[in-house]
Amino acid sequence: MTTGPVHALINARLLDPATGTDTSGGLLIKNGTILDWGSHITADALPGGASVEDCGGHCLAPGLVDAHAYLCEPGKEHRETMATAGLAAAAGGVTTINAFAATEPVIDDPAIVEMVMRRAKNTCAVNVCITGALTKGLQGEEMAEIGLLSEAGVVAVSDGQFAIESINLMRRALAYASMFDLPIIVHAEDPALAAGGVITGGRTATFMGLKSIPSCAEAILVERDIRLVKMTGARWHAAHLSTRDALDTMRRAKNDGLKVTAGTAPHYHALNDLELGEYRTFARVSPPLREEEERLAVIEAIKDGTIDVISSQHLPQSADSKRVPFAQAKPGVIGLETMLPVSLRLYHNGDVDLLRLLHTMTVAPADLLGLEAGRLKKGADADIILFDTERPWQVDGDLLKSKSKNTAFDGHLLQGRVLKTFVRGTPVFEL
Amino acid sequence: MTSTDSIRFAHRHLLDIARLNAGDINQILTLAEHYAEQTRTPDKKQDLLRGKTQINLFFENSTRTRTSFELAGMRLGADVINMSVGNSSVKKGETLIDTAMTLNAMHPDVLVIRHGDSGAPHLLAQKVDCAVINGGDGSHEHPTQALLDALTIKRRKGRLEGLIVAICGDIQHSRVARSNIALLNIMGARVRIVGPTTLIPSNAAKLGVEVYNKMSEGLKDADIVMMLRLQTERMQGSFVPSIREYFHLFGLNAEKLSIAKPDALIMHPGPMNRGVEIDSEIADDLNISAISEQVEMGVAVRMACLDLLTREGAS
Repeated sequence: MTTGPVHALINARLLDPATGTDTSGGLLIKNGTILDWGSHITADALPGGASVEDCGGHCLAPGLVDAHAYLCEPGKEHRETMATAGLAAAAGGVTTINAFAATEPVIDDPAIVEMVMRRAKNTCAVNVCITGALTKGLQGEEMAEIGLLSEAGVVAVSDGQFAIESINLMRRALAYASMFDLPIIVHAEDPALAAGGVITGGRTATFMGLKSIPSCAEAILVERDIRLVKMTGARWHAAHLSTRDALDTMRRAKNDGLKVTAGTAPHYHALNDLELGEYRTFARVSPPLREEEERLAVIEAIKDGTIDVISSQHLPQSADSKRVPFAQAKPGVIGLETMLPVSLRLYHNGDVDLLRLLHTMTVAPADLLGLEAGRLKKGADADIILFDTERPWQVDGDLLKSKSKNTAFDGHLLQGRVLKTFVRGTPVFEL
Repeated sequence: MTSTDSIRFAHRHLLDIARLNAGDINQILTLAEHYAEQTRTPDKKQDLLRGKTQINLFFENSTRTRTSFELAGMRLGADVINMSVGNSSVKKGETLIDTAMTLNAMHPDVLVIRHGDSGAPHLLAQKVDCAVINGGDGSHEHPTQALLDALTIKRRKGRLEGLIVAICGDIQHSRVARSNIALLNIMGARVRIVGPTTLIPSNAAKLGVEVYNKMSEGLKDADIVMMLRLQTERMQGSFVPSIREYFHLFGLNAEKLSIAKPDALIMHPGPMNRGVEIDSEIADDLNISAISEQVEMGVAVRMACLDLLTREGAS
């Protein structure tokens, strides 16, 4: 179509990590797609009849692609629905959510993929893609129908929060998934070492008297899997690395040319295990928050590219499941809405430059999942965000849009906030 | 009396295809062709092996292979004894070598062995004084199956050299695949293997084959499509997720077959799992399926092997 209204976003700081662009300019939206963008789009040079929106010099960037979130629908709608997750995502600048399979029923069957996709399309304000189960029922025993899931449209396979204990199963799953060029996303934590543990091994754990998980549980699983990746040639992604040793292993594997990538979550670069003092169950996550030196290693890895992706690891939990003694609390935090503002700390502290930081939340996850999203591209869907890197605000869990309020950042002072979010050219959030 | 009577076979045993050369294979196929014609006549029975003793020693269940060897021996006039493990002293703890020595003391002329362990026939061959024929050992070889497949192809296509043969399915566990790959390579065919990564040996390309994970690529322009039985007992969840996914991706149906040459021939060593690796519609189409002919050629090939290995002065 050549006709249709043009909407012009001008006077913006354009940020496109895919092309390394950081320039002032504007962007034109037509029929829900990006008509054009660049420094040549200015107030003086607009197509006739275009509606004009002045961005006030704020950042205009591709919408974020959140590579790892749990939407709880179907089956756990008391914690989150597609609709509430969509609102939270839009407020956080996330225009594509990769939803994991830990629903009821588990997304381990092509028919469920179709059902969930339809549901998302009808009720969620942002795009949803699906990561299917790696094993049937997430039981870690038998491979799921990865081929049929792939044909149904899943972008990856994963058992989410569960690591695959059987090395033989992992070997075959990697070999099998490689036929479909699907990445396997793993929870990198040796299950035997992690069993029963609720906090990372260290000074805090000892003081608090909680059963701990040695931090090497992460490196051990990463080492194991990387050897299997070397044998099978599969695509493998560690969902959330949080320790220096595991990151060193990743560095070596990448240098060896293996098809491996790594992610982390905002809480691993922003928080350490001291957060758990007073037995704060709202900061209980899996894998657990680490000691300070590990947190610094995570930041280093984001900077040098060892960590490719920052994802929210959004995992809604009801207040009931958090307001219990620490060891009984369910792990997990919500994060769709705070992923960008919390991560902007790295930019404000001078640890990571803005384009690099955005890279981890846009084009890198899009590439991992084989999506076109996450970049400013003529003709592509206009999934874009406008954000202010400086705007100060205080997180109030009760005001967050997720149905569950289990944020680890309640009361935190953050700098930087999303002002407006567009999905296919339509505003879905405005501050 | 035929012109093949005077031929001496260069091997004492038939343990695997890998140690044969093109001359050996042609020798067996030529003689088998002769027997194939003969068994189509009313006067099938011969007395070439009269007075000779053939023992079929089957440590694994088998109906078709054992019957085929039995019939082959009987048609040549041999005294054929079937020993199946269910009622033998092996159940009582006797070792393979002890069994071999016991049987050897009865002076058989040929021993046909099937065993679940790769290399069992080779061990037996070291211990007995007669010829040993491998009727299938573990995941290693099934030489008479490859020979009967070759004879079937030759009769239908007139040659082996230059043909594109796609062997599809569970390559990893298949002795039929290994024997066929060896034979077809020796005879100058182009061999492809097609199957899920979990059922293809990790270094398969070193076998001298082209490896494919998609039927739509592996079957392209194939002259022969050889389907293997999926051993469903070991498949659920560990090598392949489900039968429906396997059939969807690797089961042979008319659509997948349309990628192959229009006159492509379908083969299957049996027993078939209909709706798992092959669609009934295809398996039963006599114009494209050589599955019955394979069974027929099985008897002829085994007659040829028994004949050659029991000849006076066989080396």
